[in-house]
Amino acid sequence: MSGKLRDESKLYDSPPYILEVEDLWVKAGDNLILKGLDLRVGVGKLHVIFGPNGSGKSTLLGAIMGLPQFEVIKGDIKFRGRSILGLSTDERAKLGIGLAFQRPPLIKGVRLRALLATLNGGDAKIEELADNLDLKNHLDRELNDGFSGGEMKRSEILQLLVQRPELILLDEPESGVDLENITLLARFIGELLERGKHIVDRKRSGIIITHTGHILSYLNADIAHVMMEGKILCHGSPMDVLHQIKAKGYKECVECLLAEQSKEEAA
Amino acid sequence: MTDKIPEEELKRLERVGYDSSGKLHRAGSFLITDDQIVETEKKEKDVEVLPLKKALEVYPWVEELMFRAVPKDKDEYTKIAAKNPPIGYFIRALPGAKVKAPVQACFFLKTTRFSQVVHNIVVAEPGSELHIITGCISAFYVKEGKHISLTEYYVRKGALLTYSMVHDWSYEVEVFPRSGAEVEDGGVFVSNYVALTPAKKVQSYPLARVKKDGFAGFYSIVYAHPDTYFDLGAATLLEEPGARGEIISRVVSNGGEVISRGHILGAAGKTAGHMECSGLLLKDEGYIHAIPELKGATSDTELSHEAAVGRIAPEEISYLMSRGLDEESARALIIRGFLDIKIKDLPEELQKSIDEMIKTATSGGAI
Repeated sequence: MSGKLRDESKLYDSPPYILEVEDLWVKAGDNLILKGLDLRVGVGKLHVIFGPNGSGKSTLLGAIMGLPQFEVIKGDIKFRGRSILGLSTDERAKLGIGLAFQRPPLIKGVRLRALLATLNGGDAKIEELADNLDLKNHLDRELNDGFSGGEMKRSEILQLLVQRPELILLDEPESGVDLENITLLARFIGELLERGKHIVDRKRSGIIITHTGHILSYLNADIAHVMMEGKILCHGSPMDVLHQIKAKGYKECVECLLAEQSKEEAA
Repeated sequence: MTDKIPEEELKRLERVGYDSSGKLHRAGSFLITDDQIVETEKKEKDVEVLPLKKALEVYPWVEELMFRAVPKDKDEYTKIAAKNPPIGYFIRALPGAKVKAPVQACFFLKTTRFSQVVHNIVVAEPGSELHIITGCISAFYVKEGKHISLTEYYVRKGALLTYSMVHDWSYEVEVFPRSGAEVEDGGVFVSNYVALTPAKKVQSYPLARVKKDGFAGFYSIVYAHPDTYFDLGAATLLEEPGARGEIISRVVSNGGEVISRGHILGAAGKTAGHMECSGLLLKDEGYIHAIPELKGATSDTELSHEAAVGRIAPEEISYLMSRGLDEESARALIIRGFLDIKIKDLPEELQKSIDEMIKTATSGGAI
């Protein structure tokens, strides 16, 4: 099966690619998490990855970002056609990759404002952006100290809005966020990804991880993937895939989608 | 008078908050190099800045304040100070005077192997407000030396005294400040201590006795370089109803040895005290030994403490690196933030120079 999935035509996006993940095997500590994962993201596209807990979704984003707890043992990750495996986390960030953490750490002493100032070299607009995200009163607080789930997620998006990466990795951006705040959050994720622009003008690309799919009610993604046991098993249109998962659960969904795909292939 | 001091030393004076240019607003100045009083100046009418020896002649009552807040026979260093002639300052705010600009003082050790011994007395008269900045430095070429000081603070009824001390010694200098404060009814005493540069040994444990509704706060920021030994702390005795106390310290060890002590005694009703000892270890060498002590001697006292000693978590570094900061900048940002406790009532210029020193201590090869 995996042989077929690595076929160009079955990767469900088209060049130019901003990101190419090829046969990626990744360990976290002693555990093998990713087992030959393939994924290509075209410039301006937003992909969504569904998958049960423990399927390796966060590991994938962490490996792309180059977080030190993830060790790539085989395969390659290319950003704009160039392998980034030899680059440190900060070098990848400087190239234009940004990650909104699912659970960002509490960093005592480091105030949100101080971090934002280092990200954009003291450029203005911080106040305005913070105000838009309803975080004005958090600028002088220590990072994630006593932040609610929603405040943490908005702070992640605020940091990315200042950082302005070209490839935006969003790890469960809606988890722990109450419904009324999802709208606000989704609006700024949309802005970050230039979703308001015409499709040909979008330069920023993204990958969103979700296991509830709530965020998709507010944000249109282009392509969905289902991930299980360290691999991407199938692809489809985001709403179709979400409905399948909701109706049948992951396992059946995957089987069903695979059947559909082989029918299409046969046709 | 400061003409005699070479340019590069003047810069170091500035680093500890001592302005010799006259540009910054100061209520008075006092400067000692080795055992010579180089400058004594008062600029505002409600404040007095005198050599202690002179004050003893002018005001017979000063004699009664000698060795009252710090007993003569407390230890070998107070004994040495008691035997020496009283070199040091007498700074006083007159009753009701609100002296907003700080009085600046500096002890400058410029001769190698010199033992500088000083005795200071500070009096904030009833209802007054007084801010003192004291910088202690040694000349860059001083390889060995000793600074022994005995300082007594008297905060009268309803007065406010802030005392900020910045140490900027060099390796091989040993420092033994001995100080004590009496805080009368409704008085407020705030002591700030900053030590970010190396020293061979610094040992200090000031004690404040707080009377009815008074407050004593001790705040310290310490960065211990390799081969530096700090034994620091403070004790606050809440002796009468309504007295409050706070001891907050932030210690970074980059290989140095630090003992961080704190003691609060709640001996009367409606007293409250809080202590925070936070330590950050950057290397396997060195240690931070936090010894927070609380003693409640009545049921109507509320005392609490938080103490934490640890390293920077790797995920904090990688998080900041994912935002594009290199590893060194990420560590420096965390350490700088850790040391930033927004010291109470500190004059702006001194806060600036402390920020600058924190920046220096946490950048380049230092970490």
